[in-house]
Amino acid sequence: MPTLQDYRGQQPAWCPGCGNFSILKSFKDAMVGMGIEPHQLTVVSGIGQAAKFPHYIRCNTFNGLHGRALPVATGIRLANHEQRVLVFTGDGDCYGEGGNHLTHAIRRNVNIKLFVHDNQIYGLTKGQASPTTMEGTKTKNQPFGVFSEQLNPIALAIALDCSFVARGFSGDMEHLSGLMRAAVNHNGFSLVDILQPCVTFNKVNTYEWYKQRVYTIEPEHNPEDKMEAFRRAQEWGDRIPIGILYKNNRTSYEERIPVIQEMPLLRHSFEVSKVEVTLNEFY
Amino acid sequence: MDYTIKIGGEAGQGIQTIGGTLARLFARSGLHVFTHQDYESRVRGGHNFYQLRLSDRPLTASRDKIDILIALDKEGIHRHRDELAEDGKIVYDSTAMKETYEDPHFLDVPFENLAIEHGGNKIMSNTVAIGAVLGMLGMDLNVLHKIFEKRFGKKGEDILKGNLKAAEAGRDHAIKLCESCSYSVGTTSTSSVESKMLITGNDAIGLGAIASGLKFYSAYPMTPSTGIMNYIAGKEAEYGIIVEQAEDEIAAINMALGASFAGVRAMTGTSGGGFALMTEGLSLAGMTETPLVIALAQRPGPATGLPTRTEQGDLQFALYAGHGEFPRVIFAPGTPEQAFYLTNKAFGIAEKYQITVIIMTDQYLADSEWTFDRFDVNKVHYSDQRLRGHAIKELKEYRRHTFSESGVTPLGVPGDSTHLVVTDSDEHDESGHIIEDGETRMKMMEKRLFKKMPHIREEIAAPAFYGDNDPEIVLTGWGSTYGILKETVDLLSVSRKAAMLHFSEIYPLPETEKFDYLTVLEEASLTFCIENNGTGQFARLVRAETGYDFGVIIKRFDGRPFSVDYLLGELNAHIAGL
Repeated sequence: MPTLQDYRGQQPAWCPGCGNFSILKSFKDAMVGMGIEPHQLTVVSGIGQAAKFPHYIRCNTFNGLHGRALPVATGIRLANHEQRVLVFTGDGDCYGEGGNHLTHAIRRNVNIKLFVHDNQIYGLTKGQASPTTMEGTKTKNQPFGVFSEQLNPIALAIALDCSFVARGFSGDMEHLSGLMRAAVNHNGFSLVDILQPCVTFNKVNTYEWYKQRVYTIEPEHNPEDKMEAFRRAQEWGDRIPIGILYKNNRTSYEERIPVIQEMPLLRHSFEVSKVEVTLNEFY
Repeated sequence: MDYTIKIGGEAGQGIQTIGGTLARLFARSGLHVFTHQDYESRVRGGHNFYQLRLSDRPLTASRDKIDILIALDKEGIHRHRDELAEDGKIVYDSTAMKETYEDPHFLDVPFENLAIEHGGNKIMSNTVAIGAVLGMLGMDLNVLHKIFEKRFGKKGEDILKGNLKAAEAGRDHAIKLCESCSYSVGTTSTSSVESKMLITGNDAIGLGAIASGLKFYSAYPMTPSTGIMNYIAGKEAEYGIIVEQAEDEIAAINMALGASFAGVRAMTGTSGGGFALMTEGLSLAGMTETPLVIALAQRPGPATGLPTRTEQGDLQFALYAGHGEFPRVIFAPGTPEQAFYLTNKAFGIAEKYQITVIIMTDQYLADSEWTFDRFDVNKVHYSDQRLRGHAIKELKEYRRHTFSESGVTPLGVPGDSTHLVVTDSDEHDESGHIIEDGETRMKMMEKRLFKKMPHIREEIAAPAFYGDNDPEIVLTGWGSTYGILKETVDLLSVSRKAAMLHFSEIYPLPETEKFDYLTVLEEASLTFCIENNGTGQFARLVRAETGYDFGVIIKRFDGRPFSVDYLLGELNAHIAGL
C-alpha cells in the first residue's frame, strides 16, 4: 500500500500560508487512502502556481503550456485509458487561457479529473484579475475595478451537463479530500473547483471572507436534479455552497470509442504487412 | 499516345464523378494517368475543373492543351475554349445548355435526354458523359462495367443496369459524331494489362502514416489537409486508430503530444492558418522531446488567402515556427510515392530523435492523382523505439531526460512500470522537474539540440538529380513541383544539356558529402530555382545555409500550379540568350 512518503515530491515554491498547501495535503491523503500508487497516475498541468503541483508530489507528469492541459490529458487518456489522468490547474489557466478546451472537454466527457485551484486572481504574474475575480475588484491592471461579470464555473459546467461538478474549499481539508476521492471514483469528466485564498495578491477573498460564507451543502441535496443544482450554483455572496452540486451517469467518451473496447490503444499490435491489402483498394 | 481531358462546370454538377471515374478506369486499363483539380471555396456553383492526362508512358504533370473538353456549362466553354488542341473536341449538351455551337470542334451529346431515355433518370447524365469519352477514345465498357458493379451493386439491379445503358447510349452517340476523330488509346480491357494504382498526395500521406504504425491522429478540418484526416478516419476500425476532431488546432497538437507521451505514434495535420495556431505546441514538443509528425498542406496566404488553391508560401514559416531553439526536420515530397515513403521516414526520425518532423505539401500535390505500379511495403520501416513493458520494468532507475552521448534518452511509457515518466515545458533537470539554474539549462540545450543535430543531419538523403550528368542548365525545386520540373527537363534536353535538382528532404539541407549538388550548380551556365511562391523561399534557405545564389528565381504566386508549358515559357526568355 502506498504511504504519504511515496508521494513526497520537491519542496513547494509557493508563498507561506498559500491555500495550495492544504490542497496538496488533501490530495496526498486521498490517494494514499484510496491505495493508488504514484505510477498509476498521470498528472497534467499547464502554467501558473497551481500547475507546479505535480512537481510537489510524485507521479507521471506532463507539465505543458498555459491553458493547454486538457487537450494533453485527452490525448493521454485516449492512448491509454488504464492510466488515471488528472489535471491540476488554476482559474486563469483553465477558465481564461484554456476556456475553449474546458467547454469541449466537458462535452466529450473523457474520464479526466479536473482540479481547479480557484484563488480568483493571477498569482504567478503578480495580481491581475482572473475570470473569477469579482466585479469591481481593483488591481494594478484594473485600476477602475473589474468591469466584466465574474465567471461562474459551476453554473457553466452544469449547463454543459458536466458529468461531475463539485466545489471545495482549501480551508476544509477533510471535506476536500472526500470530494477528491468522489471525483476520482466517478466515471466521467469531473470538475472540482477549489476555493483557495491567495494570501499575497487577493486582499478581498481572504480566509476570513470565505470562512464567513462557505457552508457544506446539506445531505438532502439531490445532485442528480439538474435544475436544482443549477439553482444552487447561483449562490454566491453571503452564502457559498461546497460539496457535490451535480452529477450524472453520462457514458464516458472512452466507452463510446469502438476501437478501445477490448484494450487500450497503446496495447494494439501492428503488422506492416497488413498494408498490402489496403494498397489493393487503390486499384 | 498522350491525351488531356478536361471537365469544367459548376461545383455540384458532377465534375469529380466524371473525372474520378475516368481516371480510375484508365488506371485499371493499365494506362498512366495524372490529374489535377481546380475548385473554388464553395459547395455549389462557381467554376471548377478536373483535368486528366492519360498516356502509355509515365506522367508526372499536366499539359496545357486539351484534347477533349467536357463542358457542363457555358462558363466551361468560355473559359477553356482557347486551351483546345488543334483537333481537340468540346463535348456539350445543347439542350441542357440552351445553346448550340455550329463549330466543327463541338460534339453535341444530349447528356440529359439520353440519361432519361436509356437510364431512366436525369441523374445519370454524368454516366452518359463518361460513355461519350470512352466512345471517342475507342474504348469498350468492360472496365466501366466492373467499376459500376462495385459502386452501384448494392443499390439494386435497376440502378446498375440504368447506368450501363446510359453509358452505352453516350458511347454510341459519340462514336457517330466522332467518326473523323483520330484518338487511339491502344488498349483494351480484355488484354492482360497490369492495372495501375491511382492515388492522391493526401491519401498517400494517410496510407504512409498507417503503414508506420500511426495510432492517434488529431486535427481540425482545414483545406487542403482534410483529406488526410478523412482517409485515416476510414481506417480507424481496421487498424485500431483513433482520429479525434479537435476544437481547434491548438487542441489538435496538444492532444497528439499527449497521446505520444502516453506511448503511441501520433500525428496532426493542417494548413498554414492552423499551423500558426500550432506553433506554441510545436515549441512544447521541442522542449519535452515528444515525437510528433505534422502534415502541413499549404495554400496561398496571408490569412485566409485563396483557401482552395495552391502555393509553396510557408517554407520560411515552417523553418522558424515556434519560440525558442530546438531541432526539427522538414520533408517536402514531390509525388504521392515520395509522400508515402517520406511519411514513413518522418515517423521513424520523429521517434528515434524525439523531435517534430513536418511534411510539407500543397493543394496541388494533396489533390492530384498519380498512377504507380505499386508501393513496396517491404521498403517500409517500423521499429518501436519506446521503452514499454519488461524493457522499462527491468531498469533500476529511469529518468525521462537523462543526459546521453547522442542526446537521446529512451522514451518510457508511463504506467508500464513503477518508474515515473516526468516532463515539463519549463526548463527541467534529467528527472523532468522544473529548474532555474543556468548550468542545467546549458546541458539541456546541448542534449536536445546540439548533440542530436549532427545525427539528424546524417539521416537526410541527397536531392534527386535527373537529366544530363554535366548540365549547362539546372532546374532546382522542392516539394510538389517535382513532376513539372522533370517533364520540363525532358523537353529541354532535346536541344540542351539540362538537369533537375529536386529536394524532398529540405531541412536540415542535405550534406554535400552524399552528393555534391553545390558543384553541379556552380559548374552550370544557368541555374534556376523554381518556386510556387512570391519570394523564392527555398532559394533563401540555400543561400543562408550554403552561400549559393541561384542565377534566376522563377516564381508563380497566382494560386495556380506551374504547368510544363507555363514553365517552358518562363524559362525560354532566359535560355534564349545562353
